[in-house]
Amino acid sequence: MNNTATIGHNSPVKMTARGVNVFYGAKQAIKNVSLDVSREHVTAFIGPSGCGKSTFLRCLNRMNDTVENARVEGDIQLDGQDIYSPAMDVVQLRARVGMVFQKPNPFPKSIYENIAYGPRIHGLARTKAEFDVIVESALRKAGLWDEVKDRLGESGTAMSGGQQQRLCIARAIAVEPEVILMDEPCSALDPIATARIEELIDELRGRYAIVIVTHNMQQAARVSQRTAFFHLGTMVEYGETSAIFTNPKETRTKDYITGRYG
Amino acid sequence: MAETTAHTVKSFDEDIAQLRALISRMGGLCEAQINAAVEALVQRNVEAAAAVVEADKRIDVLDAEAEALAVRIIALRAPLADDLREVIAAMKIAGGLERIGDYAKNIAKRVSALAQAPPIEPVVIVPEMARAVTDMIRDALDAFVDRDAALARDVCGRDRIVDDFYNSLFRSLLTFMMENPHYITPCTHLLFVAKNLERMGDHATLVGEMVHFTVTGQRLVDRPKSDDTTTLASPA
Repeated sequence: MNNTATIGHNSPVKMTARGVNVFYGAKQAIKNVSLDVSREHVTAFIGPSGCGKSTFLRCLNRMNDTVENARVEGDIQLDGQDIYSPAMDVVQLRARVGMVFQKPNPFPKSIYENIAYGPRIHGLARTKAEFDVIVESALRKAGLWDEVKDRLGESGTAMSGGQQQRLCIARAIAVEPEVILMDEPCSALDPIATARIEELIDELRGRYAIVIVTHNMQQAARVSQRTAFFHLGTMVEYGETSAIFTNPKETRTKDYITGRYG
Repeated sequence: MAETTAHTVKSFDEDIAQLRALISRMGGLCEAQINAAVEALVQRNVEAAAAVVEADKRIDVLDAEAEALAVRIIALRAPLADDLREVIAAMKIAGGLERIGDYAKNIAKRVSALAQAPPIEPVVIVPEMARAVTDMIRDALDAFVDRDAALARDVCGRDRIVDDFYNSLFRSLLTFMMENPHYITPCTHLLFVAKNLERMGDHATLVGEMVHFTVTGQRLVDRPKSDDTTTLASPA
């Protein structure tokens, strides 16, 4: 099977992956996956548990480096730069390709410090006034400013789950990333908090390339323009979200999204 | 369809099966209603016609049931891919069949007026035209049950036959009225009967198109239209 998938006409490419294999010890978790991530669109990765979608997502900012036994083969580029080349500064890479996790994980610090921390270690600001601008701007982009502007000194961990997740998105935005990876960002949230995150993803689209892993098919259909279906470590189908959800080409895709898989 | 894999949630399969059964029953009733209405027309049987008018309510009830079930499936299951296409198509098919039922009822309603007027010759074409329509409906529903895109496409192509019947009936009725002005009342009723059958053909075509969409995910391109009576100034 041809596992290569490009985005198609007129869609600027932010990241490309070619022939990617990932091994955890002897077990191969990703098998020869190639795909392009669009600069302008939200790309969704869907598939059953253990299909490799999160593993592949973590290749895009080298989060798998931190996993013992994990070995990544193949070529992954960000704006034409090989992210696995020895010349690549991994800390810098993870600022350019930010990540939001399944469970909100704010630092046990004030709301303000949660946002200011990244810009400080990356040297994006020096004066208090500069930090204030960054904090306000990031919180505004994450749709959180009006809710927290009067309590920036309070602890980030004292917020509701949905607010914490938006704080984590604000934290990722604060270091001016180019790509934001989201690994099931709503699975620990209630429906209203989920709707806020989806609305936020829609607002951030175009400003950042966004890749989201989700188990919620309707969510993938709502927030993304491209969808890739993973199964047993291979990428089965990749294409326009509307086509994937109304008329998928592969039987395995159809069986999964219609609730027939397994 | 080749695939017969069941949904993980069994009640989803049951809902879909129930929706299909409702559509099939509506289709069977529509065929029976058309046959009964045309039979009453030819036999000038006012009582039989009244029974057809009464029986249309059963189709309306099934249509309401199918719509309620489809809405429930969309709300509870959030169907995708072929499931989504099937539910949307089922709603439109049910709507089309309901209209076909209305047209059969309208034919039946005209029987008493026609029975009071002297018999006119062009009426002999009506049962033939009705058979072309019921064949389309039956095949469209067979295609729905068997997931047969080729048969569905074939049904859509046959609307032309029904249109040809209508065109020829239109012309002969026009001629008949010009030659026998005192037959204008029965001829006008018969013209509406023919128009009803022609519209049924259009709805059967819609059913065929929806079946094709369900099976393939592709919409059929523009249907052929050969009803030219709208531009006819005199019987050619």
